[in-house]
Amino acid sequence: MSLGIIGKKLGMTQIYLEDGEALPVTVIQVAGNQVVQLKRKETDGYSAVQLGFNDKKESRVTKPLLGHFKKHGATPKYRLREFRMDEDKLPEPGTVFGPEVFPPGTLVDISGITMGKGFQGVVRRYRFHGQPATHGSMMHRRPGSIGCRSTPGLVFKNKKMPGRMGGDQRTIQNLEVVQSRAEDGVLVIKGSVPGATNSYLIIRPAIKLGAVAKKAKQKQAAAALAAAPKAKGKK
Amino acid sequence: MIFAKVLTRLSLVGRQFYTTRAMSIITKIEHEQLRKNIPAFWVGDTVKVHTRVIEGEKERIQIFAGIVIAYQGNSSNKAFTVRKISYGEGVERVFPMHTPRIAKIEVVKKGRVRRARLHYLRDRVGREAVNVNEVRKEQAANQPVEA
Repeated sequence: MSLGIIGKKLGMTQIYLEDGEALPVTVIQVAGNQVVQLKRKETDGYSAVQLGFNDKKESRVTKPLLGHFKKHGATPKYRLREFRMDEDKLPEPGTVFGPEVFPPGTLVDISGITMGKGFQGVVRRYRFHGQPATHGSMMHRRPGSIGCRSTPGLVFKNKKMPGRMGGDQRTIQNLEVVQSRAEDGVLVIKGSVPGATNSYLIIRPAIKLGAVAKKAKQKQAAAALAAAPKAKGKK
Repeated sequence: MIFAKVLTRLSLVGRQFYTTRAMSIITKIEHEQLRKNIPAFWVGDTVKVHTRVIEGEKERIQIFAGIVIAYQGNSSNKAFTVRKISYGEGVERVFPMHTPRIAKIEVVKKGRVRRARLHYLRDRVGREAVNVNEVRKEQAANQPVEA
């Protein structure tokens, strides 16, 4: 359990590395993640930090919510989000977090709401292959058979059929932080991220870091193996 | 209030006024990527592009010389296409304008063309294929300069 932050997707661009490689990156605004409330085991049954993000005019906040912000000495925000944390690691109330939480090179998991695609057929929604376009085929993008006959006599649950697509929460794991720009309050992340521009994102430390670390180790081992015979040859 | 209006109007005039309004962070990041030592050249010009080629651990410079036939994209994503005739075969190469893999761009000759894209050169054979009118001296002064 560790600290994550709330962000806002600003859009994508590209960055040139020193060797000339162009890296596709997403820019995420993260400055101003303020600690609103601290949840403790004895009072709430669990320990967590509630962060607020994106300043909101006081006049636009309902009075009960305004009371909540005032009680904890925070300014009104559009977004509130809790992150479970160990009790001894809880930050001071009122602390403001920004891009410095994730220095360059860190791997992060990013969640967001994907762009809504509306009501889509089965080819677009589930990548069904569809049927032949020509040769007398009069069936092109249909789902085909959706079940058997009197046994089992029903269409199975979760059968892939046409329907609303997109607008779901999705997480992309192990994205690399390329730049952590304190002066702009921005994280620059390698690759793409779910959601439209200006949508909210949750940025957390990568949970499957183990797998990545393993891969890196294997790579190192392979490199060492490759280097070893060369060294022998020189002798 | 009036001041703010003036600022918005200025920003509508053109990109060069970006400093007068709050620059978007993405624009700022893109501006950091831009190279500053690029000579002004445009479609129709003959250029020599010095590219860095990395072979194993060695790095050397390779020159690609030809006519600029198109521009694509903008800001840090800008690119241009160079066409040359190599051993009787037309060769085109697209270079990102701001990539560090370009060591230097040399403008050999200024051309006078009436198109933004010289795709018609692809259909030409022989001498005509590389024939782009040169800029006359008095025109050179009025040539639109593009960084």
